[in-house]
Amino acid sequence: MADSVGRQVDSINHATEEDEKKQEIIRAKGEGKELTKEEKQRLRKEKKQHKKNKKDDRGPPEKEKEKASVPAPSKPATQSPAHKAAPVPVNASASESPVAAEKPAKSKAELRADRRARQDSERASKPGKKEVGQQSTSSKPKATPSELQPVVKRLPEHVQVDDPAALKKLAKKLERQQVPLRSDYGYKVSLFSHLHQYSRKNPPTQQISIPVTAIHPSIVRLGLQYSQGIIAGSNARSVALLHAFKQVIQDYSTPPNEELSRDLVNKLSPYISFLSQCRPLSASMGNAIKYIKKEISNIPNQCKEEEAKRRLQECIDSYINEKIILASQAISKYAIEKISDGDVILVYGCSSLVNHILCEAFEKQRKFRVIVVDSRPRLEGREALRRLVKKGIRCTYVLISALSYILPEVSKVFLGAHALLANGYVMSRVGTSQIALVAKAYNVPVLVCCETYKFCERVQTDSFVSNELDDPDDLIVTRNGKTHLENWQTVKSLGLLNLVYDVTPPDFVDLVITDLGMIPCTSVPVVLRVKNVDQ
Amino acid sequence: MELQAVLMAAGGGSRMMDLTYNTPKPLLPVGNKPLIWYPLNLLERVGFEEVIVITTKEVQKALSTDQRMKTDVKMRLDVVCIQEDADMGTADALRHIQQKIKTDILVVSCDLITDVALHEVVDLFRAHNATLSMLMSKVHEFTETVPGQKGKKKAGEQRDFVGVDVTGKRLLFMANEADLDEGLVLRKSIMRKHPRMLIKTGLLDAHLYCLKRSVVDFLVHNKSVTSIRGELVPYLVRKQFSKSLNSKTATEDTERNQKQQDADHNLELLSTSKDEALVQLARERSCWNDHRGDMSEAYHGGKLRCYVHIMEEGMCYRVNTLAAYIEANRVVPKLFEEPPIHPTAAVSERSLVGSDSIIGPFCQISDKTSIKRSNVGTSSIIKEKVKITNSIIMNGVTIEEGCNIQGSVICNNAVIGRGADMKYCLVGSGQRIEPETERTNEVIVGSDQLMEI
Repeated sequence: MADSVGRQVDSINHATEEDEKKQEIIRAKGEGKELTKEEKQRLRKEKKQHKKNKKDDRGPPEKEKEKASVPAPSKPATQSPAHKAAPVPVNASASESPVAAEKPAKSKAELRADRRARQDSERASKPGKKEVGQQSTSSKPKATPSELQPVVKRLPEHVQVDDPAALKKLAKKLERQQVPLRSDYGYKVSLFSHLHQYSRKNPPTQQISIPVTAIHPSIVRLGLQYSQGIIAGSNARSVALLHAFKQVIQDYSTPPNEELSRDLVNKLSPYISFLSQCRPLSASMGNAIKYIKKEISNIPNQCKEEEAKRRLQECIDSYINEKIILASQAISKYAIEKISDGDVILVYGCSSLVNHILCEAFEKQRKFRVIVVDSRPRLEGREALRRLVKKGIRCTYVLISALSYILPEVSKVFLGAHALLANGYVMSRVGTSQIALVAKAYNVPVLVCCETYKFCERVQTDSFVSNELDDPDDLIVTRNGKTHLENWQTVKSLGLLNLVYDVTPPDFVDLVITDLGMIPCTSVPVVLRVKNVDQ
Repeated sequence: MELQAVLMAAGGGSRMMDLTYNTPKPLLPVGNKPLIWYPLNLLERVGFEEVIVITTKEVQKALSTDQRMKTDVKMRLDVVCIQEDADMGTADALRHIQQKIKTDILVVSCDLITDVALHEVVDLFRAHNATLSMLMSKVHEFTETVPGQKGKKKAGEQRDFVGVDVTGKRLLFMANEADLDEGLVLRKSIMRKHPRMLIKTGLLDAHLYCLKRSVVDFLVHNKSVTSIRGELVPYLVRKQFSKSLNSKTATEDTERNQKQQDADHNLELLSTSKDEALVQLARERSCWNDHRGDMSEAYHGGKLRCYVHIMEEGMCYRVNTLAAYIEANRVVPKLFEEPPIHPTAAVSERSLVGSDSIIGPFCQISDKTSIKRSNVGTSSIIKEKVKITNSIIMNGVTIEEGCNIQGSVICNNAVIGRGADMKYCLVGSGQRIEPETERTNEVIVGSDQLMEI
């Protein structure tokens, strides 16, 4: 290990990403001194590559993605005292290994600490440094594929709630747009303190004037419906959003000396801020907004206002028709091929697409029965159950705790998705990954149904980085008017966590049924690439 | 624009004629401010910039001349006058101003004093796309003795029966005791859709309604509806559960009056929006339902929805009876941040003004006067050695020396002669009380007043 340490000394003085090295070395050392020759060679190769790329690579995208991850468990933090509490990506191996490495690496750690302190001062004096610390990501051995040109990616503010600078920026932006700032509610579990947590009892309309002037009334209505859960579900939210935009466009009139293509986009920004204050935007909504903005900017200048408005309304109608209505029909067609007579199909929660598929299959005279799995606190499965039973399908209803009991009966699992991430992970209602995991254990095929407009360029490997926290009071059970958790806020050691989404790895998903066909989970980046080329 | 505010200030105050035979109800002083100031202040605080005020000529003149109103109220008041003797109901008034109404409206009555968070009512209106959203509050028992009240409290106060669903927000049933002949009749369609209904009787209707624009258009077509509270609201609540009109049912109801059918048809038609298909699609795809236990979709597929926000805590008074008037005067000074004693009032040092009393501008309080728990209005003259407890003295009143006034209401421009002893009396406007009189529990009004029914 001596030569690697020696090389390390060299690299430390030069490389800006030497933290990455440190992590690797620490981890490598911590893995019980089992460093094989292959590993040593690999490490040497990586160092060389990093030296080459250190000038180009200011911030590879993957790093940025992982940057806002969880505040580190204390052990790696003690190892890097010089760094401010910068988040370290959570990876089981990385977190465990530093523990083991702590004892033998003590003296080296002191040396490293000195070097780190020196580097911090150097780094602080360097211009053009981003405010969030440059922490390494790669706990994976593979070197992060760095991009050739420097890409400055900004973290979305909704995962930076524990950073006061980001909060201040948000507050200023909202004030400028005349959108009220919604304050967080209650104690947040420390792992998720970087996310917003709102209460339904403090609606976003508390601070705006009653005849709203800054925000279009249909957007206010939409925001209220989002925050109260009246419109829930990815497709419903997108459709409602586009409907509200249609009304905004209808009521819009170009001010003098302005261009519709530029002014309308500016008008939409405060509305979008307001909606994200009510409830964080979903991936499908984000894609819809991108599409509309693009369409608006593409309106030619000489187009008259009425004509432009009509064109935009048509665009929106065709988007909904293509991406949602026709897509669900196409997906049903493919999915029905997969449903055979005598099937026992398991569904989770209430996915509009899966319900649609099952209803269509029933109409096409397939013989199957459905098991609806539900979970607290949303209990959306009841709604799915109602729709299926109304159609005439035979259903069984269980809670998710009975999953392993019921799975031996199941022949297929159909899941809906909130978004499909670029690395093949499926982001869906919390509990979905459980279902997929247990189904895998029982060798039951898992099919995810998702329209292509929900494909998202984000990459996520865990459910902590980017999620949504719902109102914690929803978890409180009231029976006969009695609540034991009524004063949960006064108990200092108690935190209520109401997560909304989780991510399922592609290993657990056997097939993704989209309107483009049936693809494996790992083909999502291909679809995204093709989509981008098309546009 | 989202909402237009309409303030109904043409009412006569028929339940407290003793107070209002000379002063129109909107101008009655409560806490030394005219009654109409309170709803205007509520609307202004919430962010309205413009209010349509429907009132009589007298009130309009007073509003335009009153200096204080001009400085306090920064909104633009669009005053619409109606004839006093036209006997217009509130719905008639809405029909009268139909041209001005371009969006959904918020109707407020001039006698409402409340500190409700108005967004609660309006949020129900917005979120559920409701046709009607109203405010109700728990009735407060009035503890103060009311002058002129003989015997126990009037038991004839008509109760309202209000039925809400399990969430406590959706309004299912509304009827006044006066309209019910022998018992409460509930339609089976309501019970089928909402098997659990809570019926409350101790609620006060604050007369604050959010109405959709289509309701105003409906009123234009149906001239028989005169009062919002009495006729329109119960009609809308009932209509939630009637069979929705489509081609099937239109042919079935042959015995129904053609006009009635048209009326219902109008209301349904007018409430459907342009992009109904998209709204329907969003609702279908959403995994939300407002009720559980039966097989129907959200809202049971109904287009008309009525919601109510019931205030549990907070102040909400409707000043339409004498008891309410007195209670309001008692409670309202707590709302203000103004000093209880107006700076222009000349209060002599040897008088004793309690901390819970308020003195209006330009008053003269002389020596050795004691004023406790009372409101003294503008330009009143209180001479020496007067004891005023628990009373309401309106504007321009002269009280001579040595009087003892307890629990009474003295209206505008009255003169109380010296040495008079008034307990729990109501002295009407402009009345003169002879010196050295002793009156208890009496209503003293002019003789011409007695002729009015």
